[in-house]
Amino acid sequence: MLATLASSPGRPMKADEIAPVVAPMEAADRRETRQYLLLLLPALLALGVFFVYPLCGILLRSVYKNGYTLESYRQVARTSVYLMVIALTFRTAAVVTLIALLLGYPLGYVLATVRPRLARVLVVIVVLPFLTSIIVRTYAWMVLLGSNGVVNQYLQALGLTHQPLRLLYNQAGVVVGMTYVLLPFMVLTLASVMRGIDPALVRAAHSLGANRWQAFRRVFLPLSAPGIVGGALLVFILSLGFFITPALMGGPSDVMIAMLIEREVEFTLNWSFASALAVILLALSLVGFAAYYRLVRLERLFEGLG
Amino acid sequence: MAAPEGVRAGAEVRLQGLTKLFGPVVAVGDVSMTVPAGSFFTLLGPSGSGKTTTLMMVAGFVRPSRGAIAIDGIDVAALPPQKRDLGIVFQSYAVFPHLTVSENIAFPLEVRKVSAADIRRRVGEALELVRLTGYEGRLPRQLSGGEQQRVALARALVFRPRVLLMDEPLGALDKKLRGHMQLELKRIQRLLHVTVIYVTHDQEEALTMSDRVAVMRAGRTEQIGTPADLYELPVSPFVADFVGESNFLDGVVVSTNPDGRALVRTVGGLELSGVSREPLSLGQRIVAAVRPEKIVPYEAPAAELNRGKGVVDQIVYAGDATRYSVVLGQAGTLTVKVQNRLASRPLATGDVVELAWDAGDTRLFARAADEG
Repeated sequence: MLATLASSPGRPMKADEIAPVVAPMEAADRRETRQYLLLLLPALLALGVFFVYPLCGILLRSVYKNGYTLESYRQVARTSVYLMVIALTFRTAAVVTLIALLLGYPLGYVLATVRPRLARVLVVIVVLPFLTSIIVRTYAWMVLLGSNGVVNQYLQALGLTHQPLRLLYNQAGVVVGMTYVLLPFMVLTLASVMRGIDPALVRAAHSLGANRWQAFRRVFLPLSAPGIVGGALLVFILSLGFFITPALMGGPSDVMIAMLIEREVEFTLNWSFASALAVILLALSLVGFAAYYRLVRLERLFEGLG
Repeated sequence: MAAPEGVRAGAEVRLQGLTKLFGPVVAVGDVSMTVPAGSFFTLLGPSGSGKTTTLMMVAGFVRPSRGAIAIDGIDVAALPPQKRDLGIVFQSYAVFPHLTVSENIAFPLEVRKVSAADIRRRVGEALELVRLTGYEGRLPRQLSGGEQQRVALARALVFRPRVLLMDEPLGALDKKLRGHMQLELKRIQRLLHVTVIYVTHDQEEALTMSDRVAVMRAGRTEQIGTPADLYELPVSPFVADFVGESNFLDGVVVSTNPDGRALVRTVGGLELSGVSREPLSLGQRIVAAVRPEKIVPYEAPAAELNRGKGVVDQIVYAGDATRYSVVLGQAGTLTVKVQNRLASRPLATGDVVELAWDAGDTRLFARAADEG
């Protein structure tokens, strides 16, 4: 606030530029900083103990097997099956993200624009699945999609197909199940950004001669971009590590990286190799995130709008 | 966009029996008015008077329950907003936050498929018109409220609409800037000959800017006229109170004159003569209105003048003038506004003072039955 007042328009002033001018306030500022750190402390401690420490353990274990070695990584690089699993994991995550975006965007728009009371009811409906266990929900989908499931029965009764379609234990089943579980994250992220868009802006676009498509394409869509970016990022990252749904709804060839890690830990007891896979997943996620960040310039989107 | 080539005379806007019902609530009831081509026309009223709803019906964002809207004789009631070719400046400016100043102003031209070269030229002219040359590449968040206002105005004018609608556009600006923008708006309106329909609750703004003003109350037009008409010849106590300021005294008619004048006796026994637009009858209950600046304290008594004697109760010094509340016993309290001149003798609380004002400045209104 102080910075905006003091700076000439167009050139945001950095905090350190004004620091010397307000020297007497420095002590008070430091006290305030200490207070904030104090508030952060419990979270930092918990993160340190339960996240950073085990992560370091995984990193170490991935390069330790009867002495320090990069053998586990070499094994991944050598074996095409592992590389294919990684590729499949990223592809599945991308497909799920795209479908969740296509389904979630209109739903988010409805949530953001209907009367507040109706919106509250709709939010509850969107969030409702979270109140049941993910395993129960996945089994429910298996009942629906199985060869004698409700979907196939209807399709046959309507004469759309004579043989039951294979909707389960393949890539399609995995995508359906994962999209279903992750859709609310997309919808809620989109709706919260869309709710912040001033309806007068769309009206203004119409008043300036834009038809519905032009007003959407040139005003509403760009203003909802932070929601698209945020929702897609959330769904994509959650998809990468997904385990239960692909394990239950996928076929033998639909192995995702999390399942691979689980198998190494549970059955082969190869902790070093499992750790290496986990580190690779983390590293690839971070690389993906960085690329995405550069591509859409998240920073600019989030600071300017919303 | 400067006058020569861009001139496209403003259009006449005619509203006929325009009505908007929200369920059982009459937001706008049977409003009819003609906005002359090229004029600055203001809808003035308190909040909830239906002025913004009326404007939004003209804009096309609110569908009328009944009535017609004609622009230059062509009925536009069935057209969506984007086909009405009206410039609109919204209360919140509604400048697109993700577009630069010049992209904002180019928007209406781009959706009209104007060529890139023409867009460049016309955006430049529009920026010049609102004196924002040099701001092309700025984003709205780098602009002050007044600058955003100018961007919104340039954007609403760049496609040369024949009518410009403005919804309380200066409401968020401070007093100094508001005064400056009022002058700017008038300058631009005269230059472009565009018809302006302007919504405000600020009576001072309405008086200083408008060619004609429609005073709205509870969804209906109370009076339509020039600023001087509204101020000098209000048709109702509401207008007398809302436009400018008035003292009100209750009374009954004791004698009438064929020329429209009448003698009334107020509560508290004050005898006043005043003028009425409508004929009054003997014994009729009326309310008399007189503006604070028309009352002169300590003036030599003259036959033409209404008079009253009172005690100074409160004094408010306002720089250019001083306002006194003078209690006239049972008759009530009158606010008197005196210009601060060297010659004017300041009064003190408790002073007994003789007040006088002209019969012609005393407006008499018949009291409606429901006003008790």
